[in-house]
Amino acid sequence: MFSSAGFAKTWQYIELFKQGLITTLSLSALTVIFGFILALIIALIRLSRIRPFDWLATAYVEVFRATPMLVQLFIVYYVIFGNISVPSFKLFGFIRFERFLPGVVALSMNSGAYLSEIIRAGIQSIDMGQTEAARSLGMSKSMTMKEIILPQAIKNILPAIANEFVTIIKESSICYTIGVQEIMYAVNATKGATYRIAEPLIIATVVYFCLTFPTSKIIAYFERRMSRGDKR
Amino acid sequence: METRDELIKVTDLKKHYKEGVLKALDGVSTTINKGDVLVIIGPSGSGKSTFLRSLNLLEVPTSGSVVFHGIDITKKTYTDAEGKTVKLNIDEHRRRMGMVFQHFNLFPHMTILDNMTLAPIKVRKMPRAEAELKAFALLKRVGLADRADAYPIQLSGGQKQRVAIVRALMMEPEVMLFDEPTSALDPEMVGEVLQVMTELAKTGMTMVIVTHEMGFAREVGKRIIFMDGGKMIEEGTPDQIFNHPQSPRLQDFLKKVL
Ligand SMILES: Nc1ncnc2c1ncn2[C@@H]1O[C@H](COP(=O)(O)OP(=O)(O)OP(=O)(O)O)[C@@H](O)[C@H]1O
Ligand SMILES: [Mg+2]
Repeated sequence: MFSSAGFAKTWQYIELFKQGLITTLSLSALTVIFGFILALIIALIRLSRIRPFDWLATAYVEVFRATPMLVQLFIVYYVIFGNISVPSFKLFGFIRFERFLPGVVALSMNSGAYLSEIIRAGIQSIDMGQTEAARSLGMSKSMTMKEIILPQAIKNILPAIANEFVTIIKESSICYTIGVQEIMYAVNATKGATYRIAEPLIIATVVYFCLTFPTSKIIAYFERRMSRGDKR
Repeated sequence: METRDELIKVTDLKKHYKEGVLKALDGVSTTINKGDVLVIIGPSGSGKSTFLRSLNLLEVPTSGSVVFHGIDITKKTYTDAEGKTVKLNIDEHRRRMGMVFQHFNLFPHMTILDNMTLAPIKVRKMPRAEAELKAFALLKRVGLADRADAYPIQLSGGQKQRVAIVRALMMEPEVMLFDEPTSALDPEMVGEVLQVMTELAKTGMTMVIVTHEMGFAREVGKRIIFMDGGKMIEEGTPDQIFNHPQSPRLQDFLKKVL
């Protein structure tokens, strides 16, 4: 199955894995940022109860949660970006932007749907008295949301947002199917060149684990610390 | 007839729930004049909070009117002096009415100072330095000047409520609404909050107070309203209400609480 010769061969392509790591991290970080912004907009529209926008936002969330990520990715890449011309250049000298961008878009749209539910729950968990106090001071609805509700809601859901980052790191591997050079793409490329599969997979496993495991532990640590602060 | 001292005029205010089955407010009318200290008493569920919260439209009444400075704030529009129809901005009216809640509702993610200066800076566009100066003066008045940088979680209940009162005063309201401001407090902290309210009444502030503290109502109230079943049953001076109650329901209520 594995051999030191196999590892030696694979190691010649370690540069691909380094690039894969950078791509996976960029992909995930951008997805969390854009996914969060999208999620915030969706959550606010749903809570606004302005018809028909709240229905559309609800439909968006339900569709994205009820269909496979792969289907969403293919629709974004082949159907939507199939008709849009994206400048083709290389980020950091190796990431092909015309593939990377649809990947970010599809992942953000998917993650936005999930995150919006988390944000909505976070907003709804804030005591009504906070809104009443702010409004009674003459603050407008939007000012109250921005200054009073969101800061508290987001602090409460920070661990959930960080966990979403971990999930995205893992799910972003799906982007190799549209040729984004992330970690799984490196596995595939190395396999093609060396006819070895086990060793590249082992390396990918180690890289993913080193990314996600410490991140989860750090999140859990801060989560414990924060909840301790609240009980003070 | 509108007199010069009239601040809020409430007419036939109704608030119905469950399609009229539950009448939280069932036709309440009264006038609140400048300098009034109006205390509302009554059994639980009689509609006291609903009435108070209707005054600044935290509760939207089913029918009736609340006229503040000649404008019915329960309507979406009003007619101005030149006869033009203007859209009513409820925020404009709310900032002129301060409100103090049973559970304080301080903003937990801000220091006491920021709790107090946020609305003046954002809503009244007061310069920060001026707002902070004003906040310190008010905190000093309630004996909390040294807690300006503390967070609400670090204060006792009585301290929180004193902050909530001065936070509302920062907006220089024309009337202060209190909804059971001492009901969530440990008994030993009730006094310090009532004292702040008593001093506020002495400055001539118009106040509407829902409370179960009958001693306080008798002492500080200039006018008492007894509510039951969403209706104003009796209205009068503390002497009339506490020493010469007319209706059997008020007599019954006083027997239970005194
Ligand atoms: N959102 C609501 N939905 C349905 N019923 C309500 C609602 N808010 C208040 N009520 C009802 O309206 C009535 C009056 O309530 P309100 O809170 O004004 O009473 P209260 O006099 O303030 O009582 P307490 O002394 O317990 O605070 C009660 O029967 C209450 O159950
Ligand atoms: Mg009440």
